[in-house]
Amino acid sequence: MIVQTLTLAGMLICGVLAVASPRLLISALWLAGCSALLALALANLGATEVAVVELSVGAGLVTVIFVFAISIAGDEPVAYASIVPRPLAWVLMGLFFLLLAGLIVPRLLAPVPGVQPPSILQAIWQVRAIDTLLQVALIFCGVLGSLGLLSEGEISVKAPRAEGDAK
Amino acid sequence: MTGISVWTVSLVAVIAVVTIGLYGLLILRNLIKIVVALQVLAKGLILVMVTAGGLHGSLAVGSSLAVTVIVADTVVTVIALSLAIQVRRRCGTLDIRGISKLKG
Repeated sequence: MIVQTLTLAGMLICGVLAVASPRLLISALWLAGCSALLALALANLGATEVAVVELSVGAGLVTVIFVFAISIAGDEPVAYASIVPRPLAWVLMGLFFLLLAGLIVPRLLAPVPGVQPPSILQAIWQVRAIDTLLQVALIFCGVLGSLGLLSEGEISVKAPRAEGDAK
Repeated sequence: MTGISVWTVSLVAVIAVVTIGLYGLLILRNLIKIVVALQVLAKGLILVMVTAGGLHGSLAVGSSLAVTVIVADTVVTVIALSLAIQVRRRCGTLDIRGISKLKG
């Protein structure tokens, strides 16, 4: 209980610093810390498979991609003024906090009739098999899309052949 | 009772993390920082799925949904960062106000 509370408090602090830090690289590193602490919290809750995936993908792969993107785009330390006024943002956040707490917490704490829970392998490969296949397709789409977006070359469009050339 | 307490702490953390992510999405103007705020928001969603699954006695279903969220969120991050790089190349800035071509 104490370990879980400290882990989640650390994750919260890392999240705040990731959003508030003016430097992009430092922000990405705080985000990596947030992911690592989330993985620890998930392992404490018993979801070890998700913890492994989060640690490898969230704290590893995503951080590498962030550092790569920042090295290409450049680190702009300029802190822009926000478009939405900050008092309005705070009010909206307060309302959102109350709405989320009022909607989620009573429903999640309500008793649910017991059913036989499937194992995670059954859940992924049998209950949600189509979703898993769609995830694979989504990964390929993401890789192809990022390759296309990162390419520097101009797109060359062939001019249509004249009728005389064909003859 | 101890289990309920752990889940309750997780729920409070979920609400706080999601609120921080949404606040970042509202006030930030740097494209890469917006993606960071989106990531913070997604961390809260991953935690809420596992917490909801554990509270309802089906941790495996919640875990499989959390894996789906991790995969989709990673793909969204990669595409968004690629777009941010292209915006930086073509417009010279990462500010979302600087990339607007519409004059009104």
